[in-house]
Amino acid sequence: MSVLVIAEHNNKSLKSSTLNTVRAALEIDTEVHILVCGFNNDEVVKQTSVIEGIIKVIQINDHSIEHQLAEHLSQVLVQISKNYTHILAPSTTFGKNFMPRAAAILDVSQISDISAVVSADTFVRPIYAGNAIATVQSSDLIKFITVRPTSFEAVESSGGNAMIEKITFNLEEIKTKFVNREEAQSERPELGNARIVISGGRGLESADNFKLLNEIADKLNAAVGASRAAVDAGYIGNECQVGQTGKMVAPELYIAVGISGAIQHLAGMKESKIIVAINKDEDAPIFAIADYGLKADLFVALPEFSKELDLLNNIAK
Amino acid sequence: MKLLVAVKRVIDYNVQIRVKSDQTGVDMDNVKMSMNPPDENAVEEAIKLKDSGVATEVVVVSIGHEKCQDTIRSAMAMGADRGILIKTEDLIEPLAVAKILKAIVEKEQPDMVLLGKQAIDDDSNQTGQMLSALLNWPQGCFISKLGVNDKTITITREIDEGLEHLEIQLPAVVTCDLRLNEPRFASLPNIMKAKKKPLDVIAIENLEIDISPRVKFLKVEEAPVRKGGTMVADVKELIQKLKYEAKVI
Ligand SMILES: Cc1cc2nc3c(=O)[nH]c(=O)nc-3n(C[C@H](O)[C@H](O)[C@H](O)COP(=O)(O)OP(=O)(O)OC[C@H]3O[C@@H](n4cnc5c(N)ncnc54)[C@H](O)[C@@H]3O)c2cc1C
Repeated sequence: MSVLVIAEHNNKSLKSSTLNTVRAALEIDTEVHILVCGFNNDEVVKQTSVIEGIIKVIQINDHSIEHQLAEHLSQVLVQISKNYTHILAPSTTFGKNFMPRAAAILDVSQISDISAVVSADTFVRPIYAGNAIATVQSSDLIKFITVRPTSFEAVESSGGNAMIEKITFNLEEIKTKFVNREEAQSERPELGNARIVISGGRGLESADNFKLLNEIADKLNAAVGASRAAVDAGYIGNECQVGQTGKMVAPELYIAVGISGAIQHLAGMKESKIIVAINKDEDAPIFAIADYGLKADLFVALPEFSKELDLLNNIAK
Repeated sequence: MKLLVAVKRVIDYNVQIRVKSDQTGVDMDNVKMSMNPPDENAVEEAIKLKDSGVATEVVVVSIGHEKCQDTIRSAMAMGADRGILIKTEDLIEPLAVAKILKAIVEKEQPDMVLLGKQAIDDDSNQTGQMLSALLNWPQGCFISKLGVNDKTITITREIDEGLEHLEIQLPAVVTCDLRLNEPRFASLPNIMKAKKKPLDVIAIENLEIDISPRVKFLKVEEAPVRKGGTMVADVKELIQKLKYEAKVI
């Protein structure tokens, strides 16, 4: 029995979601391989080969799959999966895109977004925006699984020594053409695995006002997140949306500012270790789950928060 | 151009769900049901294409309980022309839904199928991708923008890093994000008109498709409820608590 993890990367560096997915794979079986598809991806393969606990890295380096489109990745998976009992990918927009496609071609039901491994065929997954937790058992011969990264601790990114196998495939031509990507550039930590996240909602009232959050984020080395309402209003990019239909985060500290606390937002952050809410409405539902609530006008509280941080001798980052 | 839109009837997004005490699932009795929210965006997009003369017909399909007729009717009240209900009492997995939709596509021959990107009940996020795989059509998932040309579409997809732009040959499957558009409210006259639009009801058995479940729900539990704690008086106290009590900054 062996488990294949599909690496998430941008041909330059490996995404941390892969390390969480490897943890889930190791809970299923000790024989774990990683597939790195892409183009000019030697550096990623190198990073992948030293991940703790990996036996083999399979590299496909092919110009035609540079952008890792679902129609290509699914072809690769269909061919390679016969050697495995489980295929795992992170349940990020990367994994969500191609995994069901490959599963369907193989006539397999996918198990989405697992939060725990019970046994080789039984898994736990949140449903209804995380308001219910299902334990499900799969009878498919090959299990296609996407893994919720925040539910599995990342494995060490170094210390391993996997063998590298390069393979080639004849891929069928596809009917999708990559045009371009607009990737948000940020010096701050990745939202998905930052130690601290500070998120703004509709209460911020404008894109410009997000600088109040940014200033604090820089002092705390935090990532900046947002509610769907703030993204919809154009205050900030979609890559910052936390929630049922955005990203899942589980930082040590989550600070929700001007966010009411709709269940769809809570779905994405309620596993955070400490939750702080700053809201001027004392009845805002976010207070019901916040470890520390501050009823205040954010336009007063945020500048003060920033100033108080300066008064601390040191800030743990 | 003909468009097919798949819609699902789910517990309304405003309802706080309750898990059944015997852990077999979520209580659906006397609970408000609605169209899955991103499916509304799919319907809206299709109708917009019809309004602008790009599409000639919008067909809406749903799979499930008799009551899914309501969901189809509300899509028709928004402007869809025709409805199909594949009737079943069973819980149908995304893979089986995709197989059923494939059969409908083969019969109806649409140029594009639009679906919501995920259903807010099981949060699977699979059906559109699976359907396009079974049809061997290209896919455009999690889209927030759609442009339709003669033989291709251009889409903007929301990804974790930002946005991705693709050009896709028709026929194709797209799955919609809530940001794609603002679904319209159906006017009363249109609600009345929708009652007279054609709606075919087909028993699932007549399709002869393997819909046997591959994934068994062993149990469904209530998620642990997080208890809120302290209110702090001011920013100073908040910082002190974070620094010396929670020790996170
Ligand atoms: C299918 C579906 C999926 C969804 N997915 C998501 C998702 O992934 N993520 C998500 O976030 N939402 C999601 N939503 C939307 C969700 O239901 C809420 O509408 C949204 O989270 C509200 O965002 P908000 O809290 O910023 O805005 P609001 O609910 O409008 O809250 C704004 C808050 O700011 C406070 N405020 C205003 N001014 C100030 C001030 N000066 N100082 C302090 N506080 C102030 C107000 O008291 C209020 O509590 C989804 C909805 C649906 C239907």
